[in-house]
Amino acid sequence: MRKYDKLIFEVSKPGRKAYNLPALDVEDKCIKSFIPEEFLSDTELDFPEVSEVDVIRHYTNLSHKNYGVDTGFYPLGSCTMKYNPKINEDTARMDGFANIHPYQMEGCIQGSLQLMYELDKALAEIAGMDKMSLQPAAGAHGELTGIMVIKAYHEKNGDSKRTKIIVPDSAHGTNPATAAMAGYDIVEVKSTKNGLVDLESLKAVVGDDTAGLMLTNPNTLGLFEKDIKEIAKIVHDAGGQLYYDGANANAILGHARPGDMGFDVVHFNIHKTFSTPHGGGGPGSGPIGVKKHLMEFLPVPLVNKDEDRYYLDYDVPNTIGKVKDFYGHFGILVRAYTYILTMGSDGLKKASEMAVLNANYMANKLKEYYYLPIDTLFKHEFVLGGLKDTLSEVTTLDIAKRLLDHGYHPPTVYFPLIINQAIMIEPTETESKETLDEFIDAMIKISKESSENPQVVKDAPHNTIVRRPDETKAARNPVLKYEG
Amino acid sequence: MFPYIPTTYEEEQEMLKSIGLNSADDLFNDIPKDIQLNRELNLPKAKSELEVKSYLTSLAKKNCSLSELTCFLGAGAYDHYIPSIIDHIISRSEFYTSYTPYQPEISQGTLQYIFEFQTLLCRLTGMDVANASLYDGGTAVVEAALMAAAMAKKDEIIVSKTVRPETRQILETYAHIQNLKVIEVDMKDGVTDLEALDKLMNNNTAAVIVQSPNFFGIIEDLKATSEIAHKVKKASFIASVDPISLAILKRPGDLGVDVVVGEAQGMGIPLSFGGPYLGFMAAKKGYMRKLPGRIVGETEDKDGKRSYVLTLTAREQHIRREKATSNICSNQGLNALAATIYMVTMGKEGLKEVAMQSTKKAHYAFEELTKSGKYKPLFNKPFFKEFAITSDIDAENINIKLRKENIIGGYHLGKDYPQFKNSILYAVTEKRTKDEIDKLSSVLEGIK
Repeated sequence: MRKYDKLIFEVSKPGRKAYNLPALDVEDKCIKSFIPEEFLSDTELDFPEVSEVDVIRHYTNLSHKNYGVDTGFYPLGSCTMKYNPKINEDTARMDGFANIHPYQMEGCIQGSLQLMYELDKALAEIAGMDKMSLQPAAGAHGELTGIMVIKAYHEKNGDSKRTKIIVPDSAHGTNPATAAMAGYDIVEVKSTKNGLVDLESLKAVVGDDTAGLMLTNPNTLGLFEKDIKEIAKIVHDAGGQLYYDGANANAILGHARPGDMGFDVVHFNIHKTFSTPHGGGGPGSGPIGVKKHLMEFLPVPLVNKDEDRYYLDYDVPNTIGKVKDFYGHFGILVRAYTYILTMGSDGLKKASEMAVLNANYMANKLKEYYYLPIDTLFKHEFVLGGLKDTLSEVTTLDIAKRLLDHGYHPPTVYFPLIINQAIMIEPTETESKETLDEFIDAMIKISKESSENPQVVKDAPHNTIVRRPDETKAARNPVLKYEG
Repeated sequence: MFPYIPTTYEEEQEMLKSIGLNSADDLFNDIPKDIQLNRELNLPKAKSELEVKSYLTSLAKKNCSLSELTCFLGAGAYDHYIPSIIDHIISRSEFYTSYTPYQPEISQGTLQYIFEFQTLLCRLTGMDVANASLYDGGTAVVEAALMAAAMAKKDEIIVSKTVRPETRQILETYAHIQNLKVIEVDMKDGVTDLEALDKLMNNNTAAVIVQSPNFFGIIEDLKATSEIAHKVKKASFIASVDPISLAILKRPGDLGVDVVVGEAQGMGIPLSFGGPYLGFMAAKKGYMRKLPGRIVGETEDKDGKRSYVLTLTAREQHIRREKATSNICSNQGLNALAATIYMVTMGKEGLKEVAMQSTKKAHYAFEELTKSGKYKPLFNKPFFKEFAITSDIDAENINIKLRKENIIGGYHLGKDYPQFKNSILYAVTEKRTKDEIDKLSSVLEGIK
C-alpha cells in the first residue's frame, strides 16, 4: 500500500478543474438582473481545484485504506456482512430504474410500482405478515415507523394509558432509542442466565400501561427465544403489541416466520438479510410488515394493484402519515428483489441453514480457547466472553486489534452489554469452510499469544496504516473539519 | 449449489458431524415445532443470473426513462448532470461493501471522505459543524426540529407553508409522537409572510423552519426571517436549502441561520424513483453535542499519525440507548461519498457554473413560457431554478400533451395547494438546452 496521507484540500492547485459543461446556449444575462444583489454571494466558494486524475487517484488511494466484504472475512455480529452480489449493482443501475423521477405520471412508472408490489408480497411471505410498507430508510427508521403504527393503534382504541415499551436488556441500542423518540418510557426486562427473556420478569412488568414489547428473535446472543409464543401471549393478554426487530432474520429464512410466532409488526434490515451493501454506513432500507389489524395505520403511500394497474395508494384510513420523502430507498429495494429472485425459496432457506451451521461450527471450535458463557445450539451468531483465562490482562479490544494484524475485520465487541468482554461473531452463509478454519486458527493463535506474550496482543495492531487512533482526544478537542 | 454459498455437501456433513448433528434440519431444533414453517416459502425457486436480469429488464422497460425524455419536473428531486467519475469511485467495493467505520485502522478511507464531506458542507453553508448525513431532506428537517425542541425544552415548531409539502407531512407525523405542536405560517406572493410569522412567535416557539429556495423556487429573505426568529429566546432558526444554490447565493451561516439542512440528491445522485437520496445537517457550534447521527473527527494514532475516528458518540443510540439524541444508526454513507466526489469534481468554479446555468436557463424558460400571455407567472419574486406558471387549462391535460411530445412536464401545485389549481412548477437545470426549452414553449403554446 502506497503511503498516502493527503486530504483533497491539500491536493488543490489554483487553475485546475475536473469538469466540463456545455457552453451556456441561452442569452447570457447578468445574474443580478434575475436575483437581487442582497441575496447573491460576494465571496468565492472555498472548494478544492483539482483535475479528474487528482480526484480518481485521491479516492482510489482512500479506498485502499478501507476493508470491505470483498476484501475478506467480516464476522461483525448483528450486522450480517454477507457477500453483496454484483448483479444487484447492475440491476439497480438499469436505465429504467435509475433514471426515473419519483413524480412521473402513473403510466410511466408501472415497472417501478410492479417491482415494489412484488417485493412487498415476497417480504410479507417471508415474514408471515399481511402487508408491508417499503418506505422506511433503514432498520432504525423501520423501528420508529413500526412503533408509530403501534401508537396509532392504541390511540384509535382510546387506550391512552399505554405509555411504556418493554425492551430486553440484550436489545440493540436502537430499540430503546426508538421507543424514546416515539415518546414512550422504556422498561427493561432482564434476561435469564440462559440468555433468554425471563418470563417471570416479563409478567411482572406488563400491565395496562404496556404499549408493546420490542424483541429480536433470535436475540443478540444468537439464541432463539423458544418461549416466544408464551411471551406473545403475556404481552397480548396485557393489551400490548409485539414488535419484531429483524436484525437477525438471516437465521430463520424459510424455517420460521415472525408472523407465526405472534408478532404484530416486523422490520427487515434489507442491507443485512437481503444482501444489499452497507456502503460504509448506508444507505440501507428497513421495510416494515404488519398484521391485518394494523394495516389501516401504515404510512402512505402503499403500493397496490387494481387489475393490471399498479398504483400509489394514499387511501389508508388511519395512516400515521408520511415518514420520509417519496416512497423509500427504491435503488436498494431493486437490489433486494434481485437477490430474492436469484436465491428463490430454496436458496433463502439454504442461506439460513449455512449461516447457522457456520456459527455453530465456529462456536464449537473456539469454546476450548475462549469463554463461551452460554453453550447451546446457536442460530446465526454467538457471543464469546473474552479469554478463558479471566486473570489475563488482554482485553477483548486487544483481541480485536490483534485480528487486524491477521487481515480480518474483527467481530462486534462489547455488545450485547449483558456479556462481559463480549465478542460477537456472525460468519454468514457466504463464507467457505477454509475461511472459517483460517479465522479460527488466528483466534487460537491470539489466545495462546495472550498467555505466552501478552504485550504483543496489547500493542496490536502492528501492521495497519494507523494504530489505535486516540478517540478520547478526538472527543475532548473535536476537530470536525479541515481548517487549512 | 448456489453461487453465493460455498459450502459443499461433504463439508456440510463434516461440519454437522463436528457439532454432533445429523442434518441441517437439526440446526433448527430449538425452534418449537408449532412455529416452524413446515412448507416451502411461497416464492419462485432460485433463478440464474440470465433469467433474473432478463425479468428485471422487462420491468425496467415498463418505466419511461429520463434518458429518452426531456425532464422539466423537479419539486424536490432534480435532473442535474452526474459526472461519470462518481459511479466509478463509489463502485469500488472497498467503499461499498464496508460497514460503518467502527474499526478506524481499516476504515480510514470511509472516515476521511466523511471528514471531507463535513468540511465541504461547512464551507458551502457557512456553518461550524456538519454530520455524516441523514436519510433525506425531509427527515433532516424533522431531525433539526426535534433537536431544537429538545434543546429549548419547548414544544412549538413554526413552519412556513412554502416548505415542501412532503416535508411538512413528515414533520406532522413525527411531531405527533413527541407531542410537539406544528404551526404553519402563511405565505404572501409565494414567500413566507414575515408579518404573520412575527405574530406567531411566542415564548413556546422552539424553532422556525423555512426553505430557500422554497418549494416554488423562490429565494426567501433568510436575514429578515432570522431577525424575527431570534426575537424569542432559545428559538432555533432552521433553513432547508438546495446545496447547489449556495454556489451563488449568500451562505445561510452569514444570514443568521442556526441549523442548515437539505437534500443533496442534485449533487451526483441518480433520481432512482425517489431514493436513496442524501439528507444533510450543518449547524452552529452550540449544536455540536446535540446533533443526530455520525460525526467524524480528526485525531492522532499511537505513532502520532493524523487519523480519523467516529467521535462525540455519547450522543448516539449504541452508547446512550434511550437517552440518545436520535435513534439513527445507518445513514446514507455511500451517497455522502457520491456528493463529496461531486463537490470536488465540480470544484470552486464548476458548482458555480451549474448554479449559474440553471438560473439563467430557468429564467430564459420563464420568459419564453410567459411571453404570449397564455400562461401567467403565479408569483412575482426572484427565483433560482424553478418557477410556477398558471393558466385555465387543466394541468393534468397539459402534462399528458407534453408527454406525447416526449417531455416530462412540471409539478401540478394544485395537488398540495388547492388555491393553485392548474398552476405548474417547472424545474430547469443546466442539462436542459435552449432547443428543449423552445420545444416546451411551443408545445405549451399549442395546447388548447
